[in-house]
Amino acid sequence: MSKTRVVITGLGATTPLGGDVASSWEGLLAGRSGARRLTDDWVQNLAVQIAAPVAVEPTEIIERVKARRLDRNAQLAVVAAREAWADAGLEDSGLDKERLGVAVATGIGGLHTTLSNYDALLKNPRRVSPLAIPMLMPNSSAAYVGLEFGAKAGVHTPVSACASGNEAIALGLDQIRLGRADVVLAGGTEGTIMPLPLAAFSQMMALSKRNDEPERASRPWDADRDGFLLGEGAGVLVLESYEHAVARGAKIYAEIAGAGISADGHDIAQPDPTGSGARRAMERALLEGDLSPSDIKHINAHATSTPQGDVAESLAIRLALGSATDNAVATAPKSMIGHLLGAAGAVESIATILALHHRIVPPTINLDKLDDQIELDIATEPRKLADGDLAALNNSFGFGGHNAAIAFKTI
Amino acid sequence: MASTEEIRSDLAEIVNEIAGIPVEDVQLDKSFTDDLDVDSLSMVEVVVAAEEKFDVKIPDDEVKNLKTVGDAVAFIERGLNG
Repeated sequence: MSKTRVVITGLGATTPLGGDVASSWEGLLAGRSGARRLTDDWVQNLAVQIAAPVAVEPTEIIERVKARRLDRNAQLAVVAAREAWADAGLEDSGLDKERLGVAVATGIGGLHTTLSNYDALLKNPRRVSPLAIPMLMPNSSAAYVGLEFGAKAGVHTPVSACASGNEAIALGLDQIRLGRADVVLAGGTEGTIMPLPLAAFSQMMALSKRNDEPERASRPWDADRDGFLLGEGAGVLVLESYEHAVARGAKIYAEIAGAGISADGHDIAQPDPTGSGARRAMERALLEGDLSPSDIKHINAHATSTPQGDVAESLAIRLALGSATDNAVATAPKSMIGHLLGAAGAVESIATILALHHRIVPPTINLDKLDDQIELDIATEPRKLADGDLAALNNSFGFGGHNAAIAFKTI
Repeated sequence: MASTEEIRSDLAEIVNEIAGIPVEDVQLDKSFTDDLDVDSLSMVEVVVAAEEKFDVKIPDDEVKNLKTVGDAVAFIERGLNG
């Protein structure tokens, strides 16, 4: 049975580098860091006082009364989804809404709402918002994106920590291939730069403590890396069957060749040091996309800047691609935007697609001294990609041992 | 003591903040649901905010009787004067 071809026809993002795709992409190419030292009162007692907040507050864009009813997660998702929807030219396309689906992931869910309502509860239970549940539930962002555009096919929320964004894209791909939708708004969102996540990730020893040099804190593959930088933002992609896109004359950025999902079966938080789970995710993405390792010319790595994770992924890439690894330009956007948790896979898929579309790979910054356990060809300056057919992989891995790799190709 | 107009004006600010209804539309003869389109969950928020603003208790059983802005203003006035 031949697979339905699925293409990308719209992109939307809000990130630490910009309030839309164009400004975020420009920031990535320029090697700009979105990190900064936090100045909020609540940060003073924390071991980690740095993060990468979004460049544009979502409340500057979303109407005030509507914004009140949306957790920060959903606000960010709606901002990204509006851009993707407009970019795809879907507004007046006559799209059958019963054929429009949503897959918007989150790693943590509506934590702002949870915590602020818990504070309210302790003061007076009547002050708990009657909208607390619809705001804090993990599916809130997907539901609000669906409501925004009247989606009436499946509206889903994959939750697999930092693999969530890629899982949403994989799920969107499946929905179209299974014939359940013609168009899916797929992506991820996360807006949890707050004391609890900063303290909790810090207690796990997962975060960089480079408080005095926030812009140098996220340094994937560097010998002196000491953990990830917490970021926030959202990315939404319009996935569409090739047939549907061509019939309405849509512009096409790239094709999703395949998705590979696996579980480590190793540990709740540590990556499998052999890279076996991540390897299987990449191999499955290639298999599903009828691609061979030599087709992959670019890898947008998960590369969070943690000591163990970066090494395990490098090993996994070598196992999956073999000697073809040497012909694939690797980069780590987290060096600039930090780790967007449930949004990471979505925002980085957008970067991967734009790298194929514009045939240029954004740089990895802060790579001063390469860890000698890393064997990858890393772009430390913007790197041009060749003409002709190209394919690329975007990796995302999450606590829980979740691995999700998406293979994109030029069209 | 707060006048009827002062209470209406403060209540209008609350309704505006929560439901986005223009302050000038929140007049005594207007029904919260039929005229102002304040839904039941927003009404819960309006009631709690009003309790805090005016330092009165508005029991849940009473809320269903507060159909118009005037009903709410009168209830708050009674609370303040009682």
